[in-house]
Amino acid sequence: MNLVVTDLVQRFPVRADRGRPAGTATVLDRLSFKTGEIGALVLVGPSGGGKSTLLRILAGLDLPTAGTVSFDGEALPRDEEALRRYRRTVGTVFQAYNLFPHLTAMDNLLLPLVHVHGLSDRDARERVREPLERFRLAEHAHKRPAELSGGQKQRIAILRALVVRPRRLFFDEPTSALDPEMRAEVLEMIGEVRAEGAQFVLVTHEMAFARRVADEIAFIADGTVLAAGSAKEFFEQPTEPRVRSFLQLTMAT
Amino acid sequence: MSRWLAHLIVATLFAGGIALAFSRVDYEWNWAAVWDYRQRFFQGWLVTVAISLAALVTSTLVGSLAAVMLRSGNALLEAAARIYVEVIRGTPLLVQLLIGFYVVATAVGLGNRYVAGVLLLSLFSGAYMAEIFRGGLDAIPKAQLDSARAIGLTGRQSLWLVVLPQAVRLVLPAVAGQLVSLVKDSSLLSVIAISEFTLAAQEVNSFTYSTLESYLPLAVGYLLLTLPLSALARWLEHHFRYETA
Repeated sequence: MNLVVTDLVQRFPVRADRGRPAGTATVLDRLSFKTGEIGALVLVGPSGGGKSTLLRILAGLDLPTAGTVSFDGEALPRDEEALRRYRRTVGTVFQAYNLFPHLTAMDNLLLPLVHVHGLSDRDARERVREPLERFRLAEHAHKRPAELSGGQKQRIAILRALVVRPRRLFFDEPTSALDPEMRAEVLEMIGEVRAEGAQFVLVTHEMAFARRVADEIAFIADGTVLAAGSAKEFFEQPTEPRVRSFLQLTMAT
Repeated sequence: MSRWLAHLIVATLFAGGIALAFSRVDYEWNWAAVWDYRQRFFQGWLVTVAISLAALVTSTLVGSLAAVMLRSGNALLEAAARIYVEVIRGTPLLVQLLIGFYVVATAVGLGNRYVAGVLLLSLFSGAYMAEIFRGGLDAIPKAQLDSARAIGLTGRQSLWLVVLPQAVRLVLPAVAGQLVSLVKDSSLLSVIAISEFTLAAQEVNSFTYSTLESYLPLAVGYLLLTLPLSALARWLEHHFRYETA
């Protein structure tokens, strides 16, 4: 994929609270960057810097206040109906609560295939059978989300995004809500997905993992991109002082 | 101890206590006079069943509509629904029935007191239903809507496939409680001369001067309706149950 982001602005209305007047918060402030032809882009940076806000726009979930985004030369649409069609062609996995708690893991997988992509129940089951085996989730297919571990839930969520055969995936801190031992299994699955050739944009705080899977990295803080480019340069020769101190703090293990 | 045995013990103690209370009252029982009017009781009970069933359906519709209005985002619709809910919940049903039937229904030419009664009862119960439904919809986490949008569901699909199945389970106990209240509240329809169960008991009492013999069957008759409703609600609740994750 090839991503070009130009002058992206995202503002949210803020309610008056404890003496602070109502107004707007600028979360993305004329954010611009472009990538080469890459498979995996990882967005890193301090919390509250705008990574997730950017990812939601890229995934077609939110409309920006201003600015443009284009993937492979195709600009993201600006009306909800066209955005919904766009969302059908990509997959998104959030930090938590991806799965619908009233449905089994299997029915969670089938729901988008049947109701969004028009497969028959039989074809949909056929479609998910092999991936369930491959990612060692078949034995959990009949369980409701409450019976699954956090790691299993996230893996089912990734699988649900994957089985619709999306053009690319978006991961919004997919391991942040997990215990350390479950992080590993989810990261491993994302690594496998990458190895199979899937393209994705990932927001994460797992710097070691970012280094392993990223082709390019964008460091986002205060609503703008402070550094963007190849992962190798980003980790080995960081020039931006804030990136350097961020890396020292997060990689100091 | 089994749950059945526990229920049996408590019910026996309760019945014993009531029996003791009655035995200390100096009262001449006269069941024979009331027995002559058993047809009147039965007809009234059937009317109560019919009115309750009709109001049960209509009040669910009214409540759903008001709940949708409360969450519509349209200031006018929200204000209309909010005022409706607060006025209905803040005033006695008795007043609503009297004004609703003798003033409003008369003004709009609605002469059929059964239809008017069902509508007024539904408006009353619908206000409570609206708040229950609104609470159920609000309780669905926003993340669920994000997930529904992310997989490409339309707004309507996410309502039917994601929100409602979860909300129904959440509101079921409260709705069941409201329906039980609805059945009992229908007794007030006697004030607009609908010959339902309570009016039947009042009439029999005035014919026979046997107050307790007229009203005790009334209690039993309402329990015959409300207990199965509660049991059905518990079964449904169990049937729809899953742990939230």
